Amino acid sequence: MTDQLTGADFLPANEQSLALFGLDPVWLVILKVIGVFIILVLIVLVTIWAERRVVGRMQQRIGPNRAGPFGLLQALMDGFKLAFKEEIFPTAADKMVYIVAPILSVVPAYMAWAVIPFGPEVSIFGHTTPLQLTDFPVAVLYILAIASIGIYGIVLAGWASGSSYPLLGGIRSTAQMISYEIAMGLSFVGVFLFAGTMSTSSIVNGQVELWYGLLLLPSFLIYATAMVGETNRAPFDLPEAESELVGGFHTEYSTMKFALFFLAEYINMVTVSAVAVTLFLGGWRAPWPISIWDGANEGWYPMIWFLLKISIFIFVFIWLRGTLPRFRYDQFMRFGWKVLIPASVAWVLIIGIIRGVSDEYGLTPIPLSITAGVILVVGGLYVLGWNVKRRRAAHLATKTIPTKFEPLAGGFPVPPLPGQEYRPVRRTLSGEAGVASTVPVGSDGAPESDAGIGTTDEEVRGG
Amino acid sequence: MNPTLLMAAGTSGEQIVFWICATFAVLGGLGMLVSKKPVHSALFVAFTMINLAIIYVSLQAPFLGMIQIIVYTGAVMMLFVFVMMIVGVDASDSLVETIKGQRLMAAILVLAFAALLIGAIVNGLQGAPAPSLDAANAVDGGNVQGIARLIFTEYIIAFEVISALLIVAAMGAMMLTHRERYRPKPTQEQMSKARFQRFAATGQLPGNLPPAGTYARHNAIDTPALLPDGSIAIESVPDPLQERGDTRAPSVEDVTEVAEISEGESVVIDGDVVEDLGDEK
Repeated sequence: MTDQLTGADFLPANEQSLALFGLDPVWLVILKVIGVFIILVLIVLVTIWAERRVVGRMQQRIGPNRAGPFGLLQALMDGFKLAFKEEIFPTAADKMVYIVAPILSVVPAYMAWAVIPFGPEVSIFGHTTPLQLTDFPVAVLYILAIASIGIYGIVLAGWASGSSYPLLGGIRSTAQMISYEIAMGLSFVGVFLFAGTMSTSSIVNGQVELWYGLLLLPSFLIYATAMVGETNRAPFDLPEAESELVGGFHTEYSTMKFALFFLAEYINMVTVSAVAVTLFLGGWRAPWPISIWDGANEGWYPMIWFLLKISIFIFVFIWLRGTLPRFRYDQFMRFGWKVLIPASVAWVLIIGIIRGVSDEYGLTPIPLSITAGVILVVGGLYVLGWNVKRRRAAHLATKTIPTKFEPLAGGFPVPPLPGQEYRPVRRTLSGEAGVASTVPVGSDGAPESDAGIGTTDEEVRGG
Repeated sequence: MNPTLLMAAGTSGEQIVFWICATFAVLGGLGMLVSKKPVHSALFVAFTMINLAIIYVSLQAPFLGMIQIIVYTGAVMMLFVFVMMIVGVDASDSLVETIKGQRLMAAILVLAFAALLIGAIVNGLQGAPAPSLDAANAVDGGNVQGIARLIFTEYIIAFEVISALLIVAAMGAMMLTHRERYRPKPTQEQMSKARFQRFAATGQLPGNLPPAGTYARHNAIDTPALLPDGSIAIESVPDPLQERGDTRAPSVEDVTEVAEISEGESVVIDGDVVEDLGDEK
């Protein structure tokens, strides 16, 4: 304890808040650990419930509403159910690694929260202390490091299951982690350059005037994209793509081991949201209209703003899942390596120049940075849109669409192409051909009946 | 600030961390050597690296510790993938010596390295005590700032040379694995069209095969699915089962019932077809 007391003497101006850490008595540290744990478990339970209800609403259904009021206890009940299920070990599994994998997935998920600031200094039982477990000069790197350990859980689960689909999921996860962590790390560089520190509490303190999300708009957008890839959430949920890989890396997992993966996925979702809030959206600081009130950033209130900001991110996660189809794997990789990473590098270069020039000539970097960011984002979107338009035009130019609609063009039923008029096909009840006799036979003379699809010609099909 | 107190407090904590993590690190290294499966070895490497990182952090070098984890977990992950791609998913080590004189060379190199290491340690212990990292960190106001200054001023050439080396290595890897494509990759649209043309020409299904058990009254994998009209989809039974003749015939009543439900009328069932499902393909 003594060695940290003296730390403040050496700290640079923008890292003064670090001096507040390392002073807590043991009971307070334990209290904070338990507090963080409980908050996380509660957030996860609420998130699972919210996800199912919100996705349900987006899909025109109700969602779980039986367990507890509004179905709030659904996630808890699911947890109980998983705990009481039969334990199954696949024969081909590497037993040791198979058991370690889910633990390796969930423990780092919790550990990352050690450096997330929930609020400013408060008084707990007469002891003044920051609402954060701990902080140190490389806290954000710590989060990155912990996240990269957490991915091991998924990769090892895939390998240890001794089964093809999980293995594919595990390999996908490896590639995904390596590709998207680069973009994620690069998006942090801008924040480090402007904050002059990598400690989370100092980064929050640096956003009193302006959030880094506005100052470094491209960084924020890149992070927001990479974080979805990093948490394996739709539309980037390729390691567990259920339409391709059954359940992906957790196909062979059941009971509590599956529950741990589930828990880890949701905690990671909350973690990346919390990192986004801390680094780009002012952390626990009140958003603008509320921040006029002086008390908004003092005491326990900031925790409300912090949790509210996180819930917005979680809602967006759910919204994405309810809206977007899954990426194809090659497109996903191409997007990571050919769009996100070059864009991040270019942006880091630009802000490096802006910082250097403004330090050299004593300018304020803020307007320059915002302008450059907006130009880059708008320009990037414009180029992207132009590219899509150009490709679509080139694609359409290669096609010649006949004006007359042929319902059985090529010998099988087809929908009308753009510009063609749809003529409804009336099915007969006689069961002779399946399509009305007015409909022409396919151009290559394929038979009208769909013989050959099923089993034998003897069978009567289509009534 | 009281230097002696600081040192006493710092040293005891540091020593506890050192003895725990150093033990684990050595155990991890031994585990890497003795494990038969290459994937286990890779895991032990990762474990050792993480323990080293913790030691770095406890020695007031937090930046190095974190970078150690970030870089080496990624590196070990790549090792992992290479093991799986080159050696196979669950290949075990063979102890057959493939390079002649490998063991002798290894022994000589190990001895040389040990001599080097012992020399360095003895030298370090005898000479003047190294300046503490606390003092070094204080010069630039922090560990990260100090490393940044050193990398980008004193060691800039070494830093740039290493980055150039890494880029060359990456380029080399890309050159080695590069494969020229001789004809354009078929697009999704082309593949879909080809599927449907095949369907039109030969009747091969363009979509997924029906899963066993669809509309069936039996959910076993060897019982073929029934299509909505009650007809039997033999392709829903996996090929190996069909080859072995392990196909179970759905009962005539089930087929009739499904057909009646979907159409409201009964369906003619050919008894032979139901019986000889296994020979159909």
